[in-house]
Amino acid sequence: MKIMLCPLNGPRNISEFVYGGEVVLPPDPNRCADAAWADYVFMRDNKAGVVREWWLHSATAYWFIAERDTVSDRILRTYPPNEIFRERVDFSRPDDGR
Amino acid sequence: MPLALLKYGFGPRRAPPRALPPRPELKPGYDVVIIGAGGHGVATAYYLARDFGITNVAVLDKGYLGGGNTARNTAIIRSNYLTPEGVRFYEESVALYRNLSGELTFNVMYSERGHLTLAHTDAALRTSRWRAEVNKHLGVDSELIFPDDIHRLAPTLNLSRAVRYPILGALYHPPGAIARHDAVAWGYALGAIRHGVELHQKTEVTGITRANGRAVGVETTRGPVACGKVVQAVAGASTLLADMAGFRLPIHTVPLQACVSQPLKPFLDPIIVSGSLHVYVSQGARGELVMGGATDPYGVYANRSTLEFKEGLMAHMLELFPFLAEVKLLRQWAGMADMTPDFSPIMGATPVADYYIDAGWGTWGFKATPVCGKRMAETVATGRVPDILAPFRLSRFAEFHQVGERGAASVGH
Repeated sequence: MKIMLCPLNGPRNISEFVYGGEVVLPPDPNRCADAAWADYVFMRDNKAGVVREWWLHSATAYWFIAERDTVSDRILRTYPPNEIFRERVDFSRPDDGR
Repeated sequence: MPLALLKYGFGPRRAPPRALPPRPELKPGYDVVIIGAGGHGVATAYYLARDFGITNVAVLDKGYLGGGNTARNTAIIRSNYLTPEGVRFYEESVALYRNLSGELTFNVMYSERGHLTLAHTDAALRTSRWRAEVNKHLGVDSELIFPDDIHRLAPTLNLSRAVRYPILGALYHPPGAIARHDAVAWGYALGAIRHGVELHQKTEVTGITRANGRAVGVETTRGPVACGKVVQAVAGASTLLADMAGFRLPIHTVPLQACVSQPLKPFLDPIIVSGSLHVYVSQGARGELVMGGATDPYGVYANRSTLEFKEGLMAHMLELFPFLAEVKLLRQWAGMADMTPDFSPIMGATPVADYYIDAGWGTWGFKATPVCGKRMAETVATGRVPDILAPFRLSRFAEFHQVGERGAASVGH
């Protein structure tokens, strides 16, 4: 059985976790071109090697980030998202500042 | 007779007949280079040579003929899809498959069994009815049937209501079939070679040479090769190759595991699929039950197998066929599935001129081998994408014009 280290709950069975996709910073949906938005929504790096991904511990609804090697199927490191996301992402509409 | 056999046995040693010619030397250039000698690659080469007289073609593969995902699927052929675009495309494939053994003079062991997609929920019944109507409208034989008819087609299937997911009905698709996947690759490869195509096994492509936005050649482990056009047909490594060519794909590569049981006397004629139970099963010509399920829950570039997958699959198999509890598994394996966001393939032109793609075959690639070969050959030879392939263009994602086939994927992924 494969074990993943949850930053909140410690080592747990991999079946308790849900894969949540590559860590990609979204472009500003109010300002970016359609092509950039389509790229963000659909295109994937899908790398063979070390990747950085969102994972969810479903039992506690806790989202975190994992670094994983997709060739050797090894989990290298898991950490809370605030290691990367230090500021609140602002999704306010361009005309909100009136 | 026994004496003749003994004499033959002790007689001079005969080398087994060689099916494939020895690997030729790489020429400095070809009209078309096809990367990937799986079913799709060699079929494209075959139709390029047969229909368009383009025979200065090299098919390159880092491994061996049909050694990738062509050999790792569960060999199910059907056309009961959900979108008109999908149904039309896969129906042409079924038509080509029906005559393939004669066409290639190579027995691909095409066996028409009928295909049952079980519905365990009201939502699944609704999708089945939807698929049946789309299919019938396009002349494809499909209908929604209920437990009494299911029992007639598959008398050993457990139709009890006292299970977690009772069977409410099924989408019945009589043309559903299975075939020998290695034979499809070998038949097409031999056909292509007869027409003058070169097959280069153990020749890995390490780079794509481009000039002025066009693909003009490939770097290989046996030296560079110039070419007029390139076709990539490398299921399971599509993103890695597209990276070399310099464009991105909407693909997530995930292992798909499968297994076979020990051989049993024939008892299961139709192919049985259950989306809710994540199972598909057919009984092959050797009597083995060929079983597959959902793709793995996360992406890995490795053909490893896991115990969790087998446990889940077997539990669901026993709900459908409880009497198989004592049967042993014989073999297991995994293939790499290039999943796309809309569960449809990606075929045709790419941002790089003269570089054509055949990718995104997730869990639906084997059944499309003939039509994909034929239509990709047409695309490469004429430079125009035929109408039947146009809905599957790579640019459909940027245009927000997807071909949603998730509801017709064999199991929920």
